[in-house]
Amino acid sequence: MSKFRIVNLNVWFGGVHSLREVNLEVQANEILSVIGPSNSGKTTFIRMLNRLNELQLNFRMAGDLNLDSVSINKIDVEELRRRVGMVFALPLPLPLSIFDNVAYGPRMQGVINKNKLKEIVESCLKQAYLWDEVKDRLDISAFKLSGGQQQRLCIARTLAVEPEVILFDEPCSGLDPISTAKVEEAMLKLKQRYTIVLVTNNVKQAARVGDRTAFFLNGELIEVDQTDKIFTAPGDQRTDDYISGKFG
Amino acid sequence: MQLNMRKVKEFIVEKLILICGLASIFFVILIFIFLAKEGISVFKSVSPFKFLFGKSWYPISEPPQLGILPLILGSLLVTLGAAIISVPIGIACAVYIAEVAPQKVKEILKSGIELLAAIPSVVLGFIGMVTLVPWVKSVFHLPTGLTALSGSIMLAFMAMPTIVSIAEDALYSVPKNYKEGALALGATHWQTIYRVLLPAASSGIVAAVMLGIGRVIGETMAVMMITGNSAVIPNTILQPVRTLTATIAAEMGEVVVGSEHYFALFAIGIVLFVISFAINVTADLFLHKRK
Repeated sequence: MSKFRIVNLNVWFGGVHSLREVNLEVQANEILSVIGPSNSGKTTFIRMLNRLNELQLNFRMAGDLNLDSVSINKIDVEELRRRVGMVFALPLPLPLSIFDNVAYGPRMQGVINKNKLKEIVESCLKQAYLWDEVKDRLDISAFKLSGGQQQRLCIARTLAVEPEVILFDEPCSGLDPISTAKVEEAMLKLKQRYTIVLVTNNVKQAARVGDRTAFFLNGELIEVDQTDKIFTAPGDQRTDDYISGKFG
Repeated sequence: MQLNMRKVKEFIVEKLILICGLASIFFVILIFIFLAKEGISVFKSVSPFKFLFGKSWYPISEPPQLGILPLILGSLLVTLGAAIISVPIGIACAVYIAEVAPQKVKEILKSGIELLAAIPSVVLGFIGMVTLVPWVKSVFHLPTGLTALSGSIMLAFMAMPTIVSIAEDALYSVPKNYKEGALALGATHWQTIYRVLLPAASSGIVAAVMLGIGRVIGETMAVMMITGNSAVIPNTILQPVRTLTATIAAEMGEVVVGSEHYFALFAIGIVLFVISFAINVTADLFLHKRK
């Protein structure tokens, strides 16, 4: 079943044509890895999925973007962003305690019952593989956590809004290998309940966690296929060159 | 030889800069010493307690009564009123400029606010005198429109540019990621402003408010023109008051040098100095906390 269906998507920022004629489907409960060199349009692509690009000046788009067969421009933007959560490249805890960071989203939606909030916080931290490390100090500032822990906290915070899709924008770019492994472990587990789109600069990460992989170059989608196929027998020479490290 | 010349030059420039740097501190210290020396003499004839909390200010009666409580209360009342008016409007204006306004409107508003800051206070006082004062008089059916309220409204206009520009700066320097992070969780624009941007910029905003208040409490010309200048303890904001600054400005010209009255005016200067020093230090503390 396809979660997102993207048809003939074009994006411009001022005079710059950032995405050209992108056609792609994201299946439910899969991890779609998006790879490509910088400036290839991969970040622009996932920021289309929760309409975050609209905050930029001089943004223009053409084409169709459907979530569960409904155009995302017809969905209320806050509602869309609740259904499509996002984890950013830099861990971005709010200047609040660990508990309040996770409870932020539910509170915003009007959940005030203390016990209900506690339940949500615990279950989300568990899903993000962070619970055991922080359960005794939920009231300390989120800034006291390490980078990897902060990133998992951000995952937990995203989960607390009960999204259907989670977008990861280079989530491990600032993390050490051990923290990266933990975040990847969390992603593989989350796949059972959520649809995941992962943008990464780390080709090996795409190979490790992606069910399917899409390769972008200069704003174009070069190809998308099963991860095994992309990494063993890609259909396009440019894909082969990129994953084998000839450029990028 | 060449090298030596260069070293000498270097030495001279360095020392010159040092002297310039020290000069500012040196002058502050000189002013303070002068103020203290002249002001403290008043306490030979009045106790500090009686001076600060005495209820009547009749400096030229015989013997002179030098209690500045009415003046302190006058200053505080006018300042408080100005703060109540200018803080909410100023912060809302800063939020609008930083977050909501389209680029064009933003530029117009910003230059408008800079212009407001550029109006000399005597001009504001003059405009207040011919427009605001009669208005206050007729709206509240008062015998005179020269009241603390008129002063507060006028001073609110003077505090606004400071509050708006510093608060806007604080909001603008909140990392963009915070905003995106909150929006990505499905927060509305207003929720993002209210729960993320304002708290993240709070220390800068508090500093903006303090500096705005600092400007109000030190202001002289406009308040002297429109607050009525009667040194009595005010019961309501609709009565004439006299501020610390206006007292010094109005009486310093006619006072007999070396009299008790003369020293008392300097002592008022000390009180003002202490108040604005405290406000500036608080503002500074908040600004540094931000970094």
